[in-house]
Amino acid sequence: MATREKGEKGARYRKERLDRGIKARSDGIFALTSYREALYLLFPRTATVIGLLLLPLILDEYWTKVVVITCVVAVLSLSWDFIALTGMFSLGQALFFGAGSYLAGIFNHYWGLPPILTIPMATIGGGIFSTVLILPALRLRGIYFAMVTFVVPLILVRIIEMSGIFGGVEGLSALTPMPNLWVACYLIIIALFVCLFGFRRLMDTDYGLVLKGIKSNDQAVMSGGINIYWFKTQALFIGAATGAFTGAFMTHYYRFVGLPAFSMDYTILPIASTVIGGPGMFAGAMFGAFILMPLTEFLRAIGTWRVVLYSFIMVVFVVAIPEGIFHYLQRKYHQFERWVKTE
Amino acid sequence: MVGMLVYGLINSAFFTLITLGFSLTFGISGVANFAHGAFYITGAYLTWQFVNSLGLPYPIAIGLSVLVTGLAGAALYWLVLHRVRGLVLSEVIATFGVGMGLLEFYRSIGLTGHSYKLPTFIDGSVEVFGVYVDYQRLIIIAAGAALVLFLWFFTHHTRLGLTFRGIAQEEDTALAFGIQSDRTAMLSLGMGSAFAALAAITVMPLSLLQVEEGSHILILALAVGIVGGMESVFGIIVASLIFGYSQIIVATYFSPHYSMIVLLAAIILVLVIKPSGLFGKFKELEERV
Repeated sequence: MATREKGEKGARYRKERLDRGIKARSDGIFALTSYREALYLLFPRTATVIGLLLLPLILDEYWTKVVVITCVVAVLSLSWDFIALTGMFSLGQALFFGAGSYLAGIFNHYWGLPPILTIPMATIGGGIFSTVLILPALRLRGIYFAMVTFVVPLILVRIIEMSGIFGGVEGLSALTPMPNLWVACYLIIIALFVCLFGFRRLMDTDYGLVLKGIKSNDQAVMSGGINIYWFKTQALFIGAATGAFTGAFMTHYYRFVGLPAFSMDYTILPIASTVIGGPGMFAGAMFGAFILMPLTEFLRAIGTWRVVLYSFIMVVFVVAIPEGIFHYLQRKYHQFERWVKTE
Repeated sequence: MVGMLVYGLINSAFFTLITLGFSLTFGISGVANFAHGAFYITGAYLTWQFVNSLGLPYPIAIGLSVLVTGLAGAALYWLVLHRVRGLVLSEVIATFGVGMGLLEFYRSIGLTGHSYKLPTFIDGSVEVFGVYVDYQRLIIIAAGAALVLFLWFFTHHTRLGLTFRGIAQEEDTALAFGIQSDRTAMLSLGMGSAFAALAAITVMPLSLLQVEEGSHILILALAVGIVGGMESVFGIIVASLIFGYSQIIVATYFSPHYSMIVLLAAIILVLVIKPSGLFGKFKELEERV
């Protein structure tokens, strides 16, 4: 990288940005030429994995708990991003989260099942429940999906609140806890990696190509003889089950499930994370969560102003920096810059 | 029985009032204003502040707060939505973020508790068909009817209203006729927000002014819109009547707990049978995949 030469008075310079050769070789064709290049690509990935696995060992108990909640939001963001990549804009991550939470709570409280059974059951069950509930909205494009997913969890809250089922306003408490904080922390970290790398891999397969095709031009996909509703249903189920998993996890982590499981926090935090990190690319969503949630801890003092601040940041990012932070960083990583003289 | 009829009508007028603004904005600019609930609270809160802090007379306070809320809606379009027009995802996130931020802002500056209550327009009650109804509830019916009539007159017989419909029907052709799409969309958002404020001021004297009402109103407006057809005023009236009466009937014969279940069931049923809503013909082809 050439630095700007000094001395020549009056000469005008501009910054030239060039893609590194490795970008082309790793993007389109996969032809790495040296270990150095392999390392160049592997470094950000392995550094994230190892760094995150080490975090609970370094941090004290309080910050380990912050890591747990951060990972929960990160998984929810991945689920949101996955559904959004299929062209469905969900405003109801709280629905998935709440469905998983309540199912895990019910299995544990009424049937006495241990977490090792309730979490998988609630993941699948919550996925099916949420998918069936918003299935009718899949036939509509654009804004309707967002509206329906927004309305449904809020109505479910009111139903539980008014009818008093499943503990009503008090919720179900004294559920079976996680064995200890370490198990909880590593469970959610591993789940995060499974989702992150699993979703990325899935999107690169032919199956993922169909999902992305539905977003960019659903009618072209239909004319290819593919039943887009069936694919949308599957994508919705995958996203919903991912969200339900975090709900079930949090139920046993807090040993409590109640109306807060459907609260707006679980909708707004994943969306804000994804918008800040950069949508359309799972690493961005995760990155956003790891910016936003630790920030939350530092801002604990300002109380409810936090949400005002998030909303403000979210709107600013959507309007001014729609690509998000992660895309910017990635571009920088794959480019080098130099000053060149302009004529 | 007569009581049920009268109160069902009041309930229906309430639904129509809160949905009209949302539907107007959505029908014309295609922006789903998720900040609708926040503007609703804004209208009521501003009126309260004007009356109690500045000591303005009630009618002036109402007019002023409707105006300010309308300007806020127009500002939302001009400062934020204008830049992301056409990107559905960004529009949703932007309005949702603004709505959420506004509501939490009110909570942060202390809009909680029981001290916030707007006065009724006229005190007292009157006997209608053997049922006692207070004047404020009658005003809700009158306001709902007046707003619907005004909207009909506005979109059919004024120049501005006709441009609104032009943009809603065929944006490109309207542009070719010299109708400014951005300006019209901004006006539609401003009017939608002003309608929200108007609805709030009419309805609020019957209950307490609380932040939670904001999201509650948004749910109800969305539910009515989804069932009736987002941009069809007639559809909204029908859906309001369905919700208004079914809530009263369910509350009378079963228990008020079930009224929310009716809402959810209605949404899902309508989406299954007719995804664009009962009377939402207008964008059917475009919205349905």
